[in-house]
Amino acid sequence: MAEEVNFICTACPQGCALTVLMENGEVLGVTGNSCKKGLDYANAETSDPRRMVATTVKIRNGFHPLLPVYTERPVPKPMIPQVLAEIRKVELEAPVVMKTVVLENVLGTGINVLASRSMPAKK
Amino acid sequence: MLAKQIYDVVIVGSGPGGVAAAIEAKKAGADDVLIIERDTELGGILLQCIHNGFGLELLKEDLPGPGYAQHFIEEMLSLHVEVLLNTMVMDITPQRHLFLSSKEHGYVEIEARSIVLAMGCRERTRAQIRIPGYRPNGIYTAGTAQRWVNVEGYMPGKEVVILGSGDIGMIMARRLTFEGAHVERVLEIQSYLSGLSRNLVQCLQDYDIPLQLNHTIKRILGKNRVEAIEAVQVDEKWNFVPGTEEIIPCDTLLLSVGLIPENELSRKAGVKLDPITSGPYVDETFQTNVPGIFAAGNVVHVYDLVDWVSEAGFSAGKSAAKYAIALRNAEARYTPLVAGKNVRYVVPHKLDKSTLEAEDVRLQMRVTRPIEQPVWVEVHDGENLITRKAERYVRPGEMVTVVLKTKNYADVAKASKLTIDINPR
Ligand SMILES: Cc1cc2nc3c(=O)[nH]c(=O)nc-3n(C[C@H](O)[C@H](O)[C@H](O)COP(=O)(O)OP(=O)(O)OC[C@H]3O[C@@H](n4cnc5c(N)ncnc54)[C@H](O)[C@@H]3O)c2cc1C
Ligand code: SF4
Repeated sequence: MAEEVNFICTACPQGCALTVLMENGEVLGVTGNSCKKGLDYANAETSDPRRMVATTVKIRNGFHPLLPVYTERPVPKPMIPQVLAEIRKVELEAPVVMKTVVLENVLGTGINVLASRSMPAKK
Repeated sequence: MLAKQIYDVVIVGSGPGGVAAAIEAKKAGADDVLIIERDTELGGILLQCIHNGFGLELLKEDLPGPGYAQHFIEEMLSLHVEVLLNTMVMDITPQRHLFLSSKEHGYVEIEARSIVLAMGCRERTRAQIRIPGYRPNGIYTAGTAQRWVNVEGYMPGKEVVILGSGDIGMIMARRLTFEGAHVERVLEIQSYLSGLSRNLVQCLQDYDIPLQLNHTIKRILGKNRVEAIEAVQVDEKWNFVPGTEEIIPCDTLLLSVGLIPENELSRKAGVKLDPITSGPYVDETFQTNVPGIFAAGNVVHVYDLVDWVSEAGFSAGKSAAKYAIALRNAEARYTPLVAGKNVRYVVPHKLDKSTLEAEDVRLQMRVTRPIEQPVWVEVHDGENLITRKAERYVRPGEMVTVVLKTKNYADVAKASKLTIDINPR
């Protein structure tokens, strides 16, 4: 039996309402998308939903006490709590340059965690 | 001290709007560009927006807010824009004088040939939405909480209710969940979401945070600290629906009830504001009703995409540079005539150099005090004498005349000003 799944595409701020026709976990068709990226999103969302994760880590001697960081690519949605726990263990020393890898291959996902900005040392 | 007293373009605010304006002003040929920021670093509100989703349009890259800001700041600094931090612009006149209060330089007045207003927006607060009850601790705007959690490193509370479904509120719901708080609910008085649908999905639904439309807060409980709020359903006219009240225990209430352009300064400069946007009326070059004063970004109207703020900044910066250059060229046509030693005033006050190319120009003046002996009336450019005339004496009651000849044109054309001195022979 084919079934319809409705969700919102988050691949860009447009937020198109997608309708996905599914059968046995297979995508039969997608409507409501405004571009090709929406199609990819629908396929991914129904098989392996992923999200970007952005948070902060502690940084010693920095201009601010925290350094914002983000995953360079979206991580599997069910892993988000563990990914956050891993990132929370990181503690750095200023200065740090934007896009420095602060955590490599988080939980074996092949995805690095990067510094969102440069953080100069405290003056 | 500041590098200059008069700048081609001065930009107020270093968010993405101001930074983009500075970049484009330089690229369009403005010489001295100054950007002024009251905060301790450049970047504006983006520095606390650590989530992703910035730059997809302009940079084709999914960046967090601070990364997006840094990308353009680096470009701006490579173009040698002068930066003034820890400095609040207190007042602007329609003649484009700016009054600054600076941590390092104290109280300073500068002049600009053109100005770009890029002060951004601020959040609506509780006073503007009128919730009855005590004023306990634990009630903050979502943006204030965002700064605490993302920049300064402390949590506003543990059990949170959010009023308003604006983007900052939804983003903070997820953020506080990441940091171990429990977000009980998001209440929205309207029948529709006020932020982006994607934030409903990735900030609320992903973490099972309930959103209740047509709901608001009737009352806040707790004297010193928030202990609970009373939620209630509303009808289409926003009247409370009796019997739908619900007490929700919590220690923190975040308000995400909208943004308003920050325009106190614009008003002082004589800039007219549109009551609908609360921002200045602008033309397609982002010029306000005051000539030479431009505006870009959230100060004009609240954008939902930062990329568009940058684009508005680019246009405003380019227009501001054009205006400044035209003004500078007009100024360059003229040479000021300065009353020097023992001269009280000179008429004319300034000279269009091109006139002298075609005809002689007579300068008339009066002296400050009498000199009863032969004198020279000397016209010079600060270093070299251009012409002089002998007089047997000078007296304040008798006007003195000296004529600049067309043959003096070449010397006058090079001068930035002409000074007239009267010296004994
Ligand atoms: C709390 C908050 C969170 C937001 N989150 C998002 C988000 O997640 N995503 C998004 O796309 N948009 C967000 N926005 C909207 C955001 O403001 C814009 O997208 C963008 O940052 C606007 O850029 P701007 O240059 O117009 O203003 P801003 O980034 O606000 O920059 C204005 C700057 O001007 C400075 N300034 C103001 N007055 C003076 C003065 N008198 N003298 C000197 N300096 C002054 C301020 O300190 C500030 O640095 C948020 C807005 C707020 C208020
Ligand atoms: S379908 Fe395309 S346009 Fe629509 S939200 Fe997804 S990415 Fe954006």
